[in-house]
Amino acid sequence: MNFDELFGNFPALTITGLEQGAIYALVALGYTLVYGVLRLINFAHSEVFMVGTFTALWTWEALGYDQNSPSPAIGPLILALVAGLVVAAVASAATAVTVELVAYRPLRRRNAPPLAFLITAIGASFVLAESFGIGTSRAPFGMPVLIPSETAFTVFGAAVTNIQLLILGVTLVMMVSLDQFVNRSRLGRGIRAVAQDADTAALMGVNKNRVILLVFVLGGLMAGVAALLWNVRYGYTKFNVGFLIGLKAFAAAVLGGIGNLRGALLGGLLLGVAENYAAGLFGGDWKDFTGFVLLIVLLMFRPTGLLGESLGRARA
Amino acid sequence: MRQKLARVLGGVAISALVISGAAACKADSGTEGGSGDKAACDLKIGFFGPLTGDAAGLGIHMRNGTKLAIDQYNKDNADCKVNLAEYDSQGDPAKAPALAQQAVGDTKVVGIVGPAFSGESEVADPIFDEAGLPIITPSATRPSLSTKSWKIFHRGVGNDTSQGPAAGRYIKNVLKAEKVYVVDDQSAYGAGLVDEVKKVLGAVAGEDKVQVKQTNFSAVVTKIVGSGATVLFFGGYYTEAGLLLKQLKGAGWKGTMVAGDGVNDANFIKVAGQQVAEGTVLTCPCAPATAAKGTFVTDYKAAFENAEPGTYADVSFDITKIFLEGIKAGKSTRADLLAFVKSYNKAGTATGVTYKFESNGELDPAQVLVWAFKVNAGQVVPDIEIPKA
Repeated sequence: MNFDELFGNFPALTITGLEQGAIYALVALGYTLVYGVLRLINFAHSEVFMVGTFTALWTWEALGYDQNSPSPAIGPLILALVAGLVVAAVASAATAVTVELVAYRPLRRRNAPPLAFLITAIGASFVLAESFGIGTSRAPFGMPVLIPSETAFTVFGAAVTNIQLLILGVTLVMMVSLDQFVNRSRLGRGIRAVAQDADTAALMGVNKNRVILLVFVLGGLMAGVAALLWNVRYGYTKFNVGFLIGLKAFAAAVLGGIGNLRGALLGGLLLGVAENYAAGLFGGDWKDFTGFVLLIVLLMFRPTGLLGESLGRARA
Repeated sequence: MRQKLARVLGGVAISALVISGAAACKADSGTEGGSGDKAACDLKIGFFGPLTGDAAGLGIHMRNGTKLAIDQYNKDNADCKVNLAEYDSQGDPAKAPALAQQAVGDTKVVGIVGPAFSGESEVADPIFDEAGLPIITPSATRPSLSTKSWKIFHRGVGNDTSQGPAAGRYIKNVLKAEKVYVVDDQSAYGAGLVDEVKKVLGAVAGEDKVQVKQTNFSAVVTKIVGSGATVLFFGGYYTEAGLLLKQLKGAGWKGTMVAGDGVNDANFIKVAGQQVAEGTVLTCPCAPATAAKGTFVTDYKAAFENAEPGTYADVSFDITKIFLEGIKAGKSTRADLLAFVKSYNKAGTATGVTYKFESNGELDPAQVLVWAFKVNAGQVVPDIEIPKA
């Protein structure tokens, strides 16, 4: 135990933990949305994220940025970021939809048992990860430094960088807009209706399959945004980059209450920060250990997660 | 109809079994007959190491060195060739045992160049030992590998008890760093190397561990920056090293990273990016492959699309030639070839190192040298040979 390390670096550990947690939260949304409507853990979601990281990188390469190019001026920078964001979001959403159409919908039509979905989800995850692995020779890819990291301001002696502000800001904006969309819009009402009671919703004229597709699109879009932020912050991708993040994001979703959008944000941030504190206190090798012990202990006391499973039970 | 088909298939299977059995007998008698003076043909030398995955960059250069040696041999001995068998471990100890069994099961394989990494060596070498299949590793540098009394084990380079202290001396005497932070990846190689470095440095500013495949290093970055260290020693492989350094420099750290042979590869610069990698010091218990003796460098470039030979390419070339010399001299069984390697005492044409192994399989200590390399303008270039203590 190293309390000096923890308390000495407490502000810095908190900020970098929040930043990592924000990315967990965005990916966690995909798990939560699909679970809320289908009661299905979409394990292929980690690969939806991975596809986003690769397509954003390829977009930048197509725009002429390679790993060693200098950081662009503000105009081309915004262009590169927006282009990367659009391509990553669209590609991730398309991947999520493809998985739904190819892997899940045929099973649903045949009323397959939940176990069949679970195995199919894992299978889809492997197929996607391995096809990228084979296609890229399992090599790691570095990325251009589009935004050089600069200290924006300091809190309690810890530097907050412009990239960290960007990540936290974008995550909050995405969260709020998704929350508003699901709770206020017509399409959002359809999602909540199907989550509450799919059959009744169908009788009321909600097209169930369309709602399910929408849920996969939304989850994919969020994963695409997360992928872009990941690229900007960590500047690296590989065919299995989604595995660990997917696992953590899934844990974050369960921690906050799977099926609950706000729970995904809370769970993600909490997990990110807890991991960092653990790494400070016990050393880096205890990071994952602590994160998952936290999950188990919390679930013992609140089996449905911190905020409970609410997508279905939200007010109509 | 279906029954008929089953019977036909069964018949085919049985006859295939009989034929392959006969073939196997024939092959067996062939190797027995070959233990005379004449070289046996169509034997295989295996290369065992990562050809895909996170650390493939290191493995591919070694495989190329081995392949170059075999191709040159085959050109001179066109009537009696030796084949290369590749075992792609991805550098993963979990994948190594099955591959080692596969190599052992192929009776044509008489020698192994590899396993490239220490972690995979720990699980694969006992399997090779049981089968009496001789190995010479060009790069697995964990010291304890030679203490397991494996008869088949040979190391064509120095180990981390020479590399680690040399890296420590470089940090102390050349960089003159007072505050050094050490990080390892908890692999057999990385943790062992860091232990050796710490012995020379004495007190360090702090230490931490990361994981292979970890991508987010924010906690350890915070600690390193907070410790005020000016030098970071990293024990591990290039992917994690590149990511860690990138995030460190992103957090405003201005110090120098020093790392071992596991990072000594052009791919490190690919992961970290040129600006970030600049100035990083990389050690290796080997001489620069780009300055190898004889025609090695030109031959290598001609054979592999003008690629510069990477770390250990020259060592792999030379140790493959030890096996090839043995085969040429008629040592066509694993036992004969093992005895041949054990009594070998000759200088390699590319490295100039005299390959003479001690009874535990270590290279003669007088032959071990450690070099420091530096990343300069996007290239790993030789810096100095680190003087012995």
